[in-house]
Formats: sequence, structure tokens, C-alpha cells
Amino acid sequence: MTSQEVRLCGLLLREHFGEVVEKVGTTLLRGGTQNLRSILQETGVSLDLVKKSLCVLVQHGTCVFSPGRKGRGSPSEYRASCHLILRILRYPRYIYTAKTLYGDTGELIVEEMLQRGRVTMSNIVKTVADRLTQTMEEGHSMEYKEVCSAFSKLVETHFLQRCPRTASKAAADSEEAPASTEPPAPESFADCYTVPQVTLVGRGKRQLEDAKEQSVAKKTHGDEGIYWQVNFERFHLHFRDQAIISAVANKLDQTSSEIIRTMLRMSEVTTPPAAASTKPLSANEIFRSLPAGYNIPRQVLDQYLSLLVDDPMEFVSKAGESGGGMYVLTSIQTVSLSPHFGRFGSRSARIFRLLLKKKHLEQKQVEDFAMIPAKEAKDMLYTLLSQNLVQLQEIPKTPDFAPSRTFYLYTVNQLSTARMLLQNCYKTVANLIHRRLFETSNSKRLLEKSQRIEAILASLQAGGAEPEQLTEVEEMITAPEKQQLDSLRLHINKLDSAENQVDETIFLLESYIHATASSSS
Amino acid sequence: MAGKGRGVAAFTFNIDALGIGRGSMPEARVAPNPLFPPADFKPIPLKVGEDEDYMLALKQEMRGTMQQRPHNIKFQSNKADVEKYTQRYMKQKQTQDDEWTPDWNVFPKELMPQKKTRVNTGPKKKRKKISNKDAQDVLTKLNELEKKDDGDKSDEEKPKNKDNEGEEEEIEEEQYEEDEVEDNDYIESYFDNGEDFAAGSDDNMDGEATY
Repeated sequence: MTSQEVRLCGLLLREHFGEVVEKVGTTLLRGGTQNLRSILQETGVSLDLVKKSLCVLVQHGTCVFSPGRKGRGSPSEYRASCHLILRILRYPRYIYTAKTLYGDTGELIVEEMLQRGRVTMSNIVKTVADRLTQTMEEGHSMEYKEVCSAFSKLVETHFLQRCPRTASKAAADSEEAPASTEPPAPESFADCYTVPQVTLVGRGKRQLEDAKEQSVAKKTHGDEGIYWQVNFERFHLHFRDQAIISAVANKLDQTSSEIIRTMLRMSEVTTPPAAASTKPLSANEIFRSLPAGYNIPRQVLDQYLSLLVDDPMEFVSKAGESGGGMYVLTSIQTVSLSPHFGRFGSRSARIFRLLLKKKHLEQKQVEDFAMIPAKEAKDMLYTLLSQNLVQLQEIPKTPDFAPSRTFYLYTVNQLSTARMLLQNCYKTVANLIHRRLFETSNSKRLLEKSQRIEAILASLQAGGAEPEQLTEVEEMITAPEKQQLDSLRLHINKLDSAENQVDETIFLLESYIHATASSSS
Repeated sequence: MAGKGRGVAAFTFNIDALGIGRGSMPEARVAPNPLFPPADFKPIPLKVGEDEDYMLALKQEMRGTMQQRPHNIKFQSNKADVEKYTQRYMKQKQTQDDEWTPDWNVFPKELMPQKKTRVNTGPKKKRKKISNKDAQDVLTKLNELEKKDDGDKSDEEKPKNKDNEGEEEEIEEEQYEEDEVEDNDYIESYFDNGEDFAAGSDDNMDGEATY
């Protein structure tokens, strides 16, 4: 955990879970695995608050506990992980994807699940049905069955998964010590994706109905103790596929992106997520699996495939001739990093791309290839060098490394550059959040006033007031204050959407680093 | 150091090989970097579109709802604020969420909150001490001073043995015990100065209702 990551995680925890959880969470992140006593000592927060915050963190999956290392009698230890907290940044994207794939029901299911951490199926079906019913017109209500079917669809495509049983509970029950002290990964759990038999018959209720009724009729639905959580990895796969498809569409054209999409869909089930490349797919299969609307003849498909193979970005490579040619799709190893060069100008971006392509270049060659005048090229290269985006490789002609007799080659080390940029991104998001909190706290008085007025307006309207009263209340906010409010809202919106978009870059960089690091190790 | 006197700005290598002249050296730094350095190029504008607007709305909604949930834990503000005008109107709009209880099958047992009985054990202990005290006084009338020291100590031990509850209780007892090592008849724990009582009740409210 770098300091930037810890800072960002702290801000995210503060925004979503409150300051107490932030304190506990940052202590866990900085200190590694700890038990309850040491957390208590380091934070200085009272015992029951610490317990509550740990419960919250475990509930949302950001913290795991395991039996103590010193043997069965020792207190359990808690460990938080940075990258799970950083997922919070991506929640809107997950919800939006669920909406595009499964409609409003899917969207609400994913949203509720993200808010609560882990839920049982019956719980979430009821909540979602209630929410949907509220938005519908009078007299209609949402059937539990429909929500159940949406839920099952999400589980089938692996977007939701069951929570594993924790090792500590098993240890407490059984006499023998657990085989491993690591909590089991969700995937190793056999029933990971089986939907339990749930008896849920009914419809969603509106909030206006009698609340007493609901609390009295608390039946068990046959799935107690089975908790579900969102499967982030699957969403990430989906995002990655989307990124590949859009990259291809940008470079070539729509049809080729369709072909790539088909190939990806076919290999969804057969390929493990971390693989560098898919299984070979024969051209015949691709032809058969193309969506119905695209009736391109076989030769055109072959032409497209050969075009994709020849493309320097190496999306597809040919692997054998059986079945009309087998094609393999390589993952996004070649992520273009040029959006980051807005800071340095487009010509520096050109130099960077050139260096990426040609690996090592001398200064003179850089000037020639990039077609930039010498003086400016030098300037830019040195700026890039000072920012560590470009490295210098020395190749001596003589053993004493005399500068006049040494070749100096510029090169780009992709992995370390990507890591550096990732840390920059984390810092950026942390700064954005910080700035947003600052702006909000500056105009706190104004915001409170406007909230109060909205609340008064709402209550007046519900009580049935005349228009004059409403306008009178609205005029309590003066015009310059209104302007201030508007500009504040604009700023906050801009900062928020900037966070969202930086997060997209974070995702690309993270997956690139993950793919490269795992393939080289 | 050989060139120190004659040519301070002499370089050890042939500067022409790097392609820069002596005049194009950057200025020496005189101060730390400015906090907001001037940016030569404006950043690329943000993407604007329906998707982004929708995700923005989602994000803000999510933030708002998560702050309303019982997951959101704030530090206790001990001062009794005058109830603000806003509070009255905000309460009408707040959603009624159940207090959240985690499933203790999945969570480690040590995270369960202990039942707060600090206030109750106070009077109980006092009563116990009173009865012990009386018994002691009845039994040993002659050596009051010596017996009182022993009596104090035995009083301290008895509550200690009786108590099996969480660590907090033990900590409290240590605090009680420290108060009681006095040589006179008048035990301070007979009257409680408001501190312990108020602190106990705060935690009581906090721990009781939720679980």
C-alpha cells in the first residue's frame, strides 16, 4: 500500500462509512494484519465503536479476519486490503453496466447489494421489489418472481456469487485446527453459483402500507445464512472486453469490432480470466456465431481476420490452419498511454509513441522520425526524462564510460511507467475528493439554508399550500446566493465526473499491470 | 577540484556531444517548487454525454444513501446541541432503515458488543459492600482499624471474583478499587460524582438499542 493509496482509501471510507470507520480502516491498512487489541491501542477509539466499524468493514468484504497465527486460542486477526476499498470508486460503473445488460431490475439488485455488502437472496428480492413498486403507478406492483428471475440471470452469468464460509467459524466449531489459515477464495467454494431454493411468493409493497404488518410477518425463506456478493472480477472482465472492442472500433471499423465481440463472447466460458490469450477459435465457428444481422459472406470475414492479424497492435494472431484458420485474441498488452500527455502537448505524445514502437532510439533519430525540430525535440525529451516517463540507456564504446564516446539511447520502460502513472491517478482522485470536500465545507451554511428551504417547500406542498406561499419561501434565497449555489453545484459535478473518468484510466492501468506482471512472473 | 579556481563552470566532458550549449542551462533553483506550478498545456476536457451524466447521478445518489445507512458511524458528539431548525425538517424526509444486525454465524464472536450493565453493577456493588461492611463491623468491634483495612481488601476481592463479564467491567473495578483505599469509614462510592454515571449512560444508549 503506497501512501497515495492509503490516503485515497481513507477519503473513500470517510465519504461512505463515516469518520470512525475511516480511522479504523487506515490503521488496518497501514499496520497490516492486526488483532483487536492493537487496533484499539493505535486508534484510541472506544471499544464498541471499533467493534462496530470492524463489523461494517467485514460486511462489505473490505476486511477479512482469520484465526490468530499463534494457535487456536489466540484472538482473530483482521486484515484490510486496499484494492477492495478502491473498488468503491467504480460502483457507479458497475451499476450502469448492470443496467445496460439487465435493465432496471438488474440495476437495482446490484445497487442494493453494493450498498449493503452481503445480503441473502430473499432480503434483496424483497427490497428491490419494494423499490420498484414505488416507482410504478398506482395499482401495479412488482412480482417477486420477476426479481428472482433477474437475480438468477445475474448469478448464471457469474456477476453475483456466494460468499464463502469463513475459516474461523469452521475452526470454532470443529476440534481440529483448520487446514489453512487463509480464508477460502470464493471460487473454490463448490456451490458458488447455485441459486438456493427459495420460497418467495408475493408482491412488492409500497411504503405507504402498514409498516407493522411487514415486521410481524417475518418468515424465513429457506435461505438463511447464504449470502451473496457482487463478483467484481466478472465485471472487470466485461469492462476489459468493452475496452478491447472500442479500441478495435476506433482503429478499424465497426464490423471488425463485431467480429472481435463475437470471438470474446465465444471464449467467455472457456477461458480463465487471467489468461493472456484465448483458446484458438476456428474461422468456421466464428462465422457461425456471428450475430444474425451481420450477414457478411465468408470471404469478407476471412479478409477481416487477416487484416486484424496484420494489424501492428497484434490483437489477433493466427495459430494453425485447421478449420479454416485458428485465431487467438491477445489481451490488452498494448494499452495506449497517450491520453496522459495532455500535460506535455501532443508532440511529446508523438515522441512517446515513437519510443514505444521502436524501443530504443538515439536523440538524433528521435528528431528525424518524429519530424520535430532539434531544439524542441531536445527540450521535450529532457522534460519527459525529468518526469521519469522516459529512461536513458547508456551503451559505452569504451570501458571507462566516457561521455563523448558513449551512446545514449532513450527508451520507455512500460511497466514502471504504468505503475508511476497509476500512482499519479490515485493521487489525482484523492485530490479531487479533497477539493470537493473543501468546496462543500466552505459553502456549508449556504447548502444548509437551501436544504432547509427545500424541506419547507416540500412540506408545504404536501400540506397543500397556495402558490404565493411557495414563491415567498423561494424568495428567501437571494439571487447572488442562487448564483453561488449554481456555480458550486457545477464545480461539484465536474469534480465528481472527473473522478469517474480518472477511474476508467485507473482500471486500464491496473489491468495492464496485472496482465504484464503475471505474464512475466 | 583542479578546475576550481580557473574555470568554475567547466564540465568534465565534451558538452557538444549532448547537443546543448552552455547558454541553455536551466536556471538554478532558489526556492522549493511552487505549489501550483503554471501549466503550459490545458488538460483534455472531460467527456460529456448521457452515460457520464447518468453515472454522475448514480454516484451522488449512492453517496447520499450510504451516509443515511446504519453502516455510517460517526463519533459521538457529547455536547447537547440545541436542536437545529433544520433537524426538524430533515427528520421528516429521512428513510426508515432498520438498525443493522450482522449475522453472528459468519462474524467472529469477539466483535459482539458486550451487554452494558455498568450502571446496574454500581448499586449492586455498593449494596454488597454495605452488607459486607456491616457484617464486618458486627463481627469485629475491637480492632476496627485493622479490620477495616482487611475489610476493604476483602470487599475488593469479592466483586472481583464475582465478575465474569468483559474486560471493561474489570477496568471499571480497578477504578473503583483505587477510589476505595481510604482509611476512614466513609466510602466515597456511597455517593457517585456524576461522571461515571453519565459516561455509563452514554454508552448504554449507544450499545443497547442497536443490537
